Amino acid sequence: MTAALVLAALLTVAAVVAVAFPFLREPEPATDVVGELDAFERRRLALAEERDRALAALQELEADHRARRISDEDYRSLVGPLRREAAQALQELDVERQDYPARS
Amino acid sequence: MAELGRAALLVTLGLAAYALLVGAYAASTHRRRLAESARNALVASFFSTLVAAVVLAAAFVRDDFSLRYVTERSSKALPTPYKLSAFWGGQEGSLLLWLLVLTGYAALAVWLNRRRAADLVLWVTPVLGGITVAFAWLVTGVASPFATHAAPPDGLGLTPSLQNPYMATHPPALYLGYVGLAVPWAFAMGALLAGRTDERWIVATRRWTLVAWASLGIGQLLGAHWAYLEVGWGGYFAWDPVENAALMPWLAATAFLHSVMIQEKRGMLKVWNVVLVSLAFCLSIFGTFLTRSGIVNSIHSFTQSSIGPWFLAFIIVAVAVSVALIAWRLPLLRSRTKLESLVSREAAFMYNNLLLVALCLTVLWGVAWPILSEAVRGEAVVVGRPYYDFFLRVFGLPLLLLMGIGPLVAWRRASLRGLLRTFLGPSVFALMVGAVLLALGAGSSIPGLIAYTFSAFVIGAIAIEFWRGTTARRALSSESWPAAFASLIGRNRRRYGGYVVHFAIVLLAIGIAGSSAYDSVVEGRLAKGESLEVSGYTLTYARLVEREASNATEVRAKVLVNRGGADLGTLEAGKNAYSVEQQVSNEIGLRTDYLRAEDLFVIAEQVNDDGSVYFRVFVKPLVNLIWLAGLVFLGGSLIALWPDAREQRRLATRFAEAATPAGSAPPP
Repeated sequence: MTAALVLAALLTVAAVVAVAFPFLREPEPATDVVGELDAFERRRLALAEERDRALAALQELEADHRARRISDEDYRSLVGPLRREAAQALQELDVERQDYPARS
Repeated sequence: MAELGRAALLVTLGLAAYALLVGAYAASTHRRRLAESARNALVASFFSTLVAAVVLAAAFVRDDFSLRYVTERSSKALPTPYKLSAFWGGQEGSLLLWLLVLTGYAALAVWLNRRRAADLVLWVTPVLGGITVAFAWLVTGVASPFATHAAPPDGLGLTPSLQNPYMATHPPALYLGYVGLAVPWAFAMGALLAGRTDERWIVATRRWTLVAWASLGIGQLLGAHWAYLEVGWGGYFAWDPVENAALMPWLAATAFLHSVMIQEKRGMLKVWNVVLVSLAFCLSIFGTFLTRSGIVNSIHSFTQSSIGPWFLAFIIVAVAVSVALIAWRLPLLRSRTKLESLVSREAAFMYNNLLLVALCLTVLWGVAWPILSEAVRGEAVVVGRPYYDFFLRVFGLPLLLLMGIGPLVAWRRASLRGLLRTFLGPSVFALMVGAVLLALGAGSSIPGLIAYTFSAFVIGAIAIEFWRGTTARRALSSESWPAAFASLIGRNRRRYGGYVVHFAIVLLAIGIAGSSAYDSVVEGRLAKGESLEVSGYTLTYARLVEREASNATEVRAKVLVNRGGADLGTLEAGKNAYSVEQQVSNEIGLRTDYLRAEDLFVIAEQVNDDGSVYFRVFVKPLVNLIWLAGLVFLGGSLIALWPDAREQRRLATRFAEAATPAGSAPPP
């Protein structure tokens, strides 16, 4: 009984130390704010995602065509729009970069 | 040590409540140290739960019958491995295991993603904290495994059907699956709360979903094998409500794993994916509710208990939170891209999704209807096997075919000529297989014949995919065939791991079709020396033997097996009488013929006083492919979920690039 209570008390103390650890480690931090993306950065992230998606789709299309999973006819009809999509995403991202105000 | 167990669970409850409340406050005010503190609380809750679990396990091993739970589930004569597995043999212990797995998953998920997806983890912590609070409350305030009483000299023992090696693997595997679905749901809700509806939450949780989904699949197959060997009714899946409860979240998670690819490749179906992940999680809680509340009669369910309303409240909260957050973030979830053609890979994935969800909801209706009927009209209605078998054929056979079609169709759109060329090989192969099987007499079951023909199509499609991929790799890199094959899989583990899993599902379909559509059964009462015949086998009842085992009296009927004049040995089937538990179990006789790919399965239904025995004998063709499918499924899942460092780097680069100020170069 006593041993169990002592162990339970030790467990509770350990839990409190774990929870308090960030404050014990940094009693007076320079900054205590979690960095989050602002609206501009979210927009750029979405555009970068679209760009990566278009480039990955192009890469996969090439690989599928090489492996003869996709006929020449299908390849020709798909590759043009995909290239345009990738180019558009790259262009939009560039424009966004130019317009984006630098973080102070 | 019961005090230590109780205290440890109280600590878990306190830590989880802290993670929920302080975590939510920290996330909404962006307070970094407070958020880290909440995250630490969630991680620490795993260790305090582990202490409680160790205390309970030790109580079983030490025969500490001062714990009511140990008294009701164990005895001194119970072999030690079963004492350990008796941990989750009842309500309170299985809830503690649930909590242990949940806190383990939560601790790992927030710890591993604390840098990769810091802004998501900010909100994931209180969501996981909330789920943990619910389960910690159940084991502290409602159904504690540490309730004590005056210790009796011995315990009541463990139910005989649970005294089986599968007891050590089947429930933990299922729990890893059920509980694992909490992680993708928490990340989905965290993404909605944080407004991060991009690809990040999907990448952060894909492997967690795969682990949970694979565990749930393996857990169900282990349970099926257990039922086949131990329960002794001649089958492996009975559409029991609790079996269905594990099947439903698995089907929803399967749909999610497919639809998530459409979001990654095309940026579509963002709403649908959040809906599916919520459906999978809520169904996993519903499944636990079915098992724990005693609301349904099932071999798996525990007795009537007071925790049913708590679970029901939890399900309502989970559904309400999911619906409210999806509705709130709907503008962010809208996709810019649309489906270009109904003949494309994404369309095939969508058909697959519709069929999987339709099958899932059909099973849900079959489970819910008797409960609703009894609650509203006071009449117990039974939804039987024909209902489920019918819908399994209606939705399952097209799903099987789609497994072959999907990989062969191009993304975006495919021309008719391209399709004809791609489908020609697998179609010819499938039709040839179908024709040969028809000639061999497989036409006695039309659904069985269709299942085999579709299976051949899928196998053909998978073989062509591997062949083309390996040939293309060889052409690019001049590698040897094995090296090209290995590098093909290594460079695209998800795709080829997925094909291996598809192959496992085909094996499963062949095994189920063979053992259910083409099986034979004979039954009859035999006196010593008498015989019965089934599918070319002659079984002669030789004699009855009785012997004492460590915890049961075993009665066995010895049966001589003969086929075409050849002696194939002796089978034993009978009963075990457990003295401590005052229960009797069926012990089957089984002979597997790997050359003929079939099982001879003997049940001694009734042993009569005059020494005669009533036998039921099955011949089940191809049933072992079901168990083989489990191994292949595990292999494919491991390939698919193996970490991909390139993907993590790509996401990190993209994120850093998005946050880079104008004029500066993106990070390498």
